[in-house]
Amino acid sequence: MLKTTPFHERTATLCASYAWRRWAGYVVASSYELSHEREYHAIRGSAALFDVSPLYKYRVRGKDAARLLDHVVTRSISQLEVGQVAYTPWCDAAGKVLDDGTVARLGEAEFRMTSAEPNLRWLEDNASELEVEIEDVTESLAALSLQGPASRAILGDIELKYFRLARRYLGDIPVAISRTGYTGDLGYEIWVSARDAIALWDYLISVGTPYGIVPAGMLALDMARIEAGLMLIEVDYVPARKALIESQTSSPFELDLGWTVNLKKERFVGREALTREASRGPQWQFVGLEIDWTSLEQLYAEVGLATRLPAAAWRTSVPIYAGKEQAGYATSGGWSPLLKKYIALAHLSSRFARPGTLLDIEMTVEHRRKRAAARVVKKPFFDPERKRA
Amino acid sequence: MPRYDAIIVGGGHNGLVCAAYLARAGRKVLVLERRERIGGAAVTEEVFPGFRFSVFSYVVSLLRPEIIRELELPRHGLHILPLESTLTPLLEGGEAGNYLAQWSDHDQNRRELARHSLRDAEAYDEFGLMLHQMARAVKPLLGMVPPDPASLSLRDVRGMARLGRYFRDLGKADFNRLTKLLTMSAADFLDEWFENEALKATKSASGIIGTLLGPRSPGTAYVLLHHYMGELDGVFRAWGFARGGNGSVSAAIAAAARAAGAEIRCSAPVDKIVVTHGKARGVVLEDGEEILAKLVVSGADPRRTFLQLVGEKHLPGDFVEPLRQFRFRGASAKVNLALGELPNFTCLPGPGAHLRGAISISPSVSYLERAYDEAKYGEPSRQPYMDVVIPSFLDPQMAPPGKHVMSIFVQYAPYQANGGWTDARREALGDTVVDTLSQYAPNLKKAILHRQVLTPADIERIVGLAEGNIFQGELTLQQMFFLRPVPAWAKYRTPLAGLYQCGAGTHPGGGVMGASGRNAALQILGGA
Repeated sequence: MLKTTPFHERTATLCASYAWRRWAGYVVASSYELSHEREYHAIRGSAALFDVSPLYKYRVRGKDAARLLDHVVTRSISQLEVGQVAYTPWCDAAGKVLDDGTVARLGEAEFRMTSAEPNLRWLEDNASELEVEIEDVTESLAALSLQGPASRAILGDIELKYFRLARRYLGDIPVAISRTGYTGDLGYEIWVSARDAIALWDYLISVGTPYGIVPAGMLALDMARIEAGLMLIEVDYVPARKALIESQTSSPFELDLGWTVNLKKERFVGREALTREASRGPQWQFVGLEIDWTSLEQLYAEVGLATRLPAAAWRTSVPIYAGKEQAGYATSGGWSPLLKKYIALAHLSSRFARPGTLLDIEMTVEHRRKRAAARVVKKPFFDPERKRA
Repeated sequence: MPRYDAIIVGGGHNGLVCAAYLARAGRKVLVLERRERIGGAAVTEEVFPGFRFSVFSYVVSLLRPEIIRELELPRHGLHILPLESTLTPLLEGGEAGNYLAQWSDHDQNRRELARHSLRDAEAYDEFGLMLHQMARAVKPLLGMVPPDPASLSLRDVRGMARLGRYFRDLGKADFNRLTKLLTMSAADFLDEWFENEALKATKSASGIIGTLLGPRSPGTAYVLLHHYMGELDGVFRAWGFARGGNGSVSAAIAAAARAAGAEIRCSAPVDKIVVTHGKARGVVLEDGEEILAKLVVSGADPRRTFLQLVGEKHLPGDFVEPLRQFRFRGASAKVNLALGELPNFTCLPGPGAHLRGAISISPSVSYLERAYDEAKYGEPSRQPYMDVVIPSFLDPQMAPPGKHVMSIFVQYAPYQANGGWTDARREALGDTVVDTLSQYAPNLKKAILHRQVLTPADIERIVGLAEGNIFQGELTLQQMFFLRPVPAWAKYRTPLAGLYQCGAGTHPGGGVMGASGRNAALQILGGA
């Protein structure tokens, strides 16, 4: 039986499309309206409201809380100030990514970790002999993500720096607000007790309506996160725990997350393997690809058609070629209605991964496999100043 | 020595597009704009405190995808929000449900049309497919420098041959259909497809926009197709509102031009184009400043460019004559309203998806034709056709929170109004518009905080479009392609060496398309 989130009472009545998606055993809306188009544009044009309650959430408390997290994740956690949030992956002993999420320092000895997969056992197994209490708060803590240029105004012109967290009242509802999100835009995530979930939803819709707030689903989010160059577990990488063969696993370096690996930390899971990899360089790289419009148009013109573009982001593995050789594979992609570009995220063998490299991507046009020109570009595809400003 | 390779007269969107392409090709370019802001008729202005309007042009539909792509307009800030639907409120009875809507969702649209006519609901898809095929056949012409059919030069003969091939490739059925489109009226053409009056009227409206012709005037069917080109690029999703108003289209193009090194000066009105020995040498500004350049490219309309800025004495008589015959005849006005609350339509009460799209006051073909009848004799329509949008509903930054801006395109308001356009007439037009719209949305009057009425005479005075024609000259068959603006001079060149045109008065015409600017630049770069 699938679970519903604490916002379901509201989201269910709004979901005119009847399009739901599973997320960690919950159902969330794929899109509320018949098309996700308006929801997508709200992310970039006004404000979109996402129910992100299915995220796994752990409260980590106690004298050794920072020590535990420092031991588990690749980034340095003890250096976080209270009210600071860090995005980080974590690895197994072989330095292969298990999961990725955020760690927020709520107090000197209190943290909240979010993840895409269950991680309680992994945290506990690494906590032996540490003075720390780990609690799975996934169900008791609900979460909304408010993303887009109007999000700050809707939260009463809140002053909160990028990747910081603060406790506030919205109306009379106690919440924690973090300036985080999965869209690469100005945006916030709002953490609330499940008891207050409906009240929070109503508050945000009421205050946000004059600013153009739009409840939005996963289809809109998927395109936005691709524009932001943000990877998705089980789509863009296989978590090491689920890999059946070694080649399915990825290191943080191979996922373009080298910046999150702090090798100066004395010890953390995967450190030795990652140190070795850092010195020899990753074999694979995770890059952005821009598919050449003229080349795509040509493929369609050859069969007498106007260019067709995917209506939503895709998440299948698509071969990328350098001449006759396969240079790698794209794992997500789609037409960006904002950028008016066909973009994809791809894993490329390092020698083909330099920005500017010209490659070919497989495209199926009228049942036939063709190749369109594509160029390696820097991620993110879209990076507005307002994100950090 | 001239300081510039090219001076562009007028910072409208075509002038800016032309400047951007020339600058990208390494030319040293100066754009001179008369007003204090760039954009021409594609501007956003805070007309009333807190209320921002796309004062003149108000949607993006025909902006060429290759321009968006090549100038990287999204990177320079262009964000096009989709315009999702068209609502045609119907008056009779004035009750809930008395409307015809066209929705972007296929099933929703079909169900809605079936409410009015099962036959139309079925014909709709086929009609769309037919227009799609037609538009695909004609579309290459938009990006083409029109060949001169009367010329025997190799380039022109090749161009005509290319043109011939397009038509040959159409196939017999499509060729016949295209001939019909070229000769029929929009109303007659639509009669062959649909039976519902509101549907026919709303569709025929795009055949008459900006033109002093009625839906039953021959030739208007083709203009339907012209406007459909924007939908053809539906894959490119170019149909909608520019976030921040149409001024942000101009701003993005200007940013692209500046990034490529173009210089743009506002409040720099050009008084004369300097001509000596049959060659344009530069311009003189109204304050007397003379600026020389190897080329002058005018984005102003043909009348202003040649008869005002150049002067007849520099031009051959056989050029001036057809130029005088080039018709403008502005037919439309614009009313911009600042609203304290959303309009509440009796036929579909409350705020809803229908307010995110266009609202078309076009209940029947006869309604539109009657509106035209009055204009034929120099009177503004007593019950005008209106195309209404509420940009703030999709893009809340256009108005203070909870408040709204409404843009109303009004037709007909003939430039040559009996007795001329006076202040009293302008306000009377505003009243007509508000009264007419209030019949459908009774709360409108009390919702209005401010009102701006722009007659064709105002449009001419403010942005310089001759006779207030929104396309820089009527978009009718006898003024299109190799006939625009003047036969034998449709290739952005002019009888004067060093003088080019890049405005919508050239092929393929208006509609914030940018194609004239791009084509002109390509012609200059290819030929200069």
